[in-house]
Amino acid sequence: MMLSPGSGNTVIKSKLISRRIFLLTAAKTVVMIGLVGRLISLQINQATKYKSLSDKNRFREWKLAPERGVIRDFFDQEIASNEPLYQVHLVPENAKNLSQLFVRLKGILNITDQRISYLKRLIKKQKPWEPIIVSDNLDWSEFSRINLFLHELDGVEPIVSVARTYPDNSSAHILGYVSQISAKDLKTKKYLKDLSVPGMTVGKTGLERKLDEKIIGKVGFQRYEVNAFGKRIKQIQINEGQSGTSFKTTLDYEVQKYSNELLNDKAAAVCVMDIYNGDIVSLVSAPTFEPNSFVHGLDKKYWDSLIKDGKKPLTNKAMSGLYPPGSTIKTIVALSALENKIIKPSDTFRCKGKIELHGEKFHCWEKKGHGIVNLRKGIQRSCDVYFYEVARKLGVDRLSETAKKFGLGKKVLSDFVEERSGVVPNTKWKKKFIGQNWYIGETLHSGIGQGYFQSTPIQLCLMTAQIANGGYKIKPRIIFDKKNNDLRDYIKYKNNNPNKPLPSNLLLKNLSFERLLDDEQNIKIIKDAMFSSSNEPGGTSYRHRMENPKFTFAGKTGSSQFKRFTEAQREAEVKQTDLNYKDRDHALFIAFAPYNNPKYAISVVVEHGGSGGKAAAPIARKVIKKVLERHDLRQEVNYSKGESI
Amino acid sequence: MLQRGSIHSSLDLKDKIFSIDYILVFSILILGIISMFAMYSTDGGEFKYHTTSHIIRFFIFFGLFFFVSLVQVRFWHSTSYLIYFLFFLLLLGVKYFGLTSSGSKRWLDLYFMNLQPSELMKIGLILFLSKYYHRISIENMNSIKYLFTPIIALITPLLLVATQPDLGTSILIASGGIVVAWLAGVRIKFFAYSALIFLSLLPVAISFLKPYQKSRILTFLNPERDPLGAGYQIIQSKIAIGSGGLFGKGFLNGSQSYLDYLPEKHTDFIFTLFSEEFGFFGSLFILTLYAVIISRILKIGSITRSTFGKLYCYSFATAFFIYVAVNMMMVLGLLPIVGSPLPIMSYGGSSMLAIMFGLGIAMSCRVYKDVPVN
Repeated sequence: MMLSPGSGNTVIKSKLISRRIFLLTAAKTVVMIGLVGRLISLQINQATKYKSLSDKNRFREWKLAPERGVIRDFFDQEIASNEPLYQVHLVPENAKNLSQLFVRLKGILNITDQRISYLKRLIKKQKPWEPIIVSDNLDWSEFSRINLFLHELDGVEPIVSVARTYPDNSSAHILGYVSQISAKDLKTKKYLKDLSVPGMTVGKTGLERKLDEKIIGKVGFQRYEVNAFGKRIKQIQINEGQSGTSFKTTLDYEVQKYSNELLNDKAAAVCVMDIYNGDIVSLVSAPTFEPNSFVHGLDKKYWDSLIKDGKKPLTNKAMSGLYPPGSTIKTIVALSALENKIIKPSDTFRCKGKIELHGEKFHCWEKKGHGIVNLRKGIQRSCDVYFYEVARKLGVDRLSETAKKFGLGKKVLSDFVEERSGVVPNTKWKKKFIGQNWYIGETLHSGIGQGYFQSTPIQLCLMTAQIANGGYKIKPRIIFDKKNNDLRDYIKYKNNNPNKPLPSNLLLKNLSFERLLDDEQNIKIIKDAMFSSSNEPGGTSYRHRMENPKFTFAGKTGSSQFKRFTEAQREAEVKQTDLNYKDRDHALFIAFAPYNNPKYAISVVVEHGGSGGKAAAPIARKVIKKVLERHDLRQEVNYSKGESI
Repeated sequence: MLQRGSIHSSLDLKDKIFSIDYILVFSILILGIISMFAMYSTDGGEFKYHTTSHIIRFFIFFGLFFFVSLVQVRFWHSTSYLIYFLFFLLLLGVKYFGLTSSGSKRWLDLYFMNLQPSELMKIGLILFLSKYYHRISIENMNSIKYLFTPIIALITPLLLVATQPDLGTSILIASGGIVVAWLAGVRIKFFAYSALIFLSLLPVAISFLKPYQKSRILTFLNPERDPLGAGYQIIQSKIAIGSGGLFGKGFLNGSQSYLDYLPEKHTDFIFTLFSEEFGFFGSLFILTLYAVIISRILKIGSITRSTFGKLYCYSFATAFFIYVAVNMMMVLGLLPIVGSPLPIMSYGGSSMLAIMFGLGIAMSCRVYKDVPVN
């Protein structure tokens, strides 16, 4: 029956089957069309979207830290340069077994367990393909050992990078230092926004900080094709980035080294300035610190020693150290009095060692008194009583006006975060900041640079320079650029032809100069008095004079009172050297040289050095000599850059 | 009548060779050769293990295809039940002696190859049911009595495979069986009832699903649910195909596959790789080849005289279509990732063996189209 396929049965079956397969085939066709439609949608309509997604998969970029620009001195000597740096990076996702790897690394490198646990914490925080720095600064032998064992260290990458290096610590304060980017840096400095690269350093103080935005360069990248596991397959593109701009400074590295040696372990500062163009030849603060130690993460012990040191090695005393100008202000007091026609140079006062005002005693440093004192002698001997009298007549407001004109009470250089502006007191200032009326006694203190007066060594240097150049305003600079407000030609011409108009070649130079005083004669009087202070018997720095006219300087000593003498101490004639270090006065000295044809101004401050004549003048003398010896070399550079002389 | 005489005298080899459908043969061959290039690309442009073993297998099983084609269709008809039981025994063997890999027990170690009997069962069930419905008369087709055997024949291997666990293959096996039954004339209402029963059992079934199977289904519904986990495969596959564009990235330039973004590129995602490298036009060419193969098998079904031959060819063509469609919909993100190879293209001996065997029987139906099977 059913085993024999009856033809009728078969035909019915075939018809049924054919009918049904026709339906199925139609369904298949629909599905096929659907598949083609889907292909069209993915491969034609959305191709662009998927292509970019595929590229996003494929490519990954690694940022490259750019090379910092170099900082050079006036003679193109590198005072902040770059050196190759051997680092070991680790890409966590490429490592098969992290803890095993660290054990292995510990055997090869010198890393502490502390560092390892720190790195492990870091790995957990980061994306697995982001490299971490295992060792920042390896020596060559460690680096070659890593390379030797590299085949068994999955995920480890030896990297040759560049890092900041300084030839020595002589310019540590003015150059500043660089260190790893901190979270705070990223928040406060906008230019760092796209610069976050492992191993990148930023300037924290000094020029490194001031110039950071330009000196840091542009970040480069390496684009790699990576597989699904993040492994780099091949390099597709490399952009080296752009190394930062290099800068030339006006500093003289030789003088920096020399000054630094002279200051040694004193808490002191030296500033040397070209009096015509304001070029800062030397700016040294002591004691110094080792800037190289900041580049690769600071050693805790060293940091603590820096912080605890009472001489404050991290402070740039030349800019941020505030000192009462002491007797160095007497030059300005005298100038101001002459300018305001309060006194004539020949006016005299009698110094008996002290004066009394409203029941308060005002002492001269010379207990016995100076006798009859005129302006020249007042400055030469630094007679306090003379200046008490002058100050009383002058008044603090006129004094402060002149002091401000000559550069006290405001920042000398721009953009240095650490620079301080100091204080030039007057009646308004006191009312505003202290909330009290001015006492006449305070005018007397101001007349000898004590009391509220606060100044930085660089301000004192600028003040001296502007006296030395004949009372012309200069704009100090530390970055060497082509623009230079060189007054020298102009002053030379003016000195030789006082009443003639400027010749056209000088007019063309478009000099922007500004006279600080009306009467040139007054400046000459002050300069002469300073000469006598340094070069005539009885002068406060006579002992340290230079007889060779090439080096002869004219200066003014100063000692800023740190702790008031008690009457008892005064009676017992206690000497500064007998006091505790911390109780001694700060020693100050300002000068310009050579006297006949001034070129440079200098200021020296030695904290707790005692008297300016003993502690500060000898240092100034040596530095001046060094600077003048190198003057011709400096001029050659000025010539070669097409600068006027 | 004239032909009838020649039927009884067995065909000589020349006649057999002439009656082979060469369009079908060449389509298979072209697809096979394309699959070799694709495999070469998955090996990163080198002759590595996958490429060489794929080439060797293709030619061995292509030979088997010819051999099966030239064997009397009567023989395949008479041994259909036997073949089914043989495959069933192998499936049972998997349960007890099978190899476990990534959490499922699917393979038998035959020393020279690892056999996946569930792939063979795809063909075995079609053969079994084709013979069964060939034998019962149209009147009995829808009586409950005669439904009993097919249901048992379908359910038992299905459960064996589903518990391996291998959801994808069990669904594909079932689909083949259902197609035969429906084509043979079983009424729609039975399928509707079964569907109702299936749906009512679905919550129970879901509770039996392994977590990864559940996650696959959920992921299909929303691939972005877990882009680095279960949704990863679908997303990466769509990226690969989409980024291929009109003309593709070029041979050996499929970045998605050679950078290992593409999962399972040798097996389930071989079409993705090809599509990335050869673009829309390449994909269209592959689709056309499959359409040609399927239509040729359908054509054989329409010219073969026996009900067995018709049922087998139509069912096999439909099953073949389902395999292709399910795989493509899967890699195109239209179906959840169920793990089904693309016939002929995908790497995998058992799938290749089953497909070639199935094609061989279909060709045998063509060569012996006028021979009554009993």
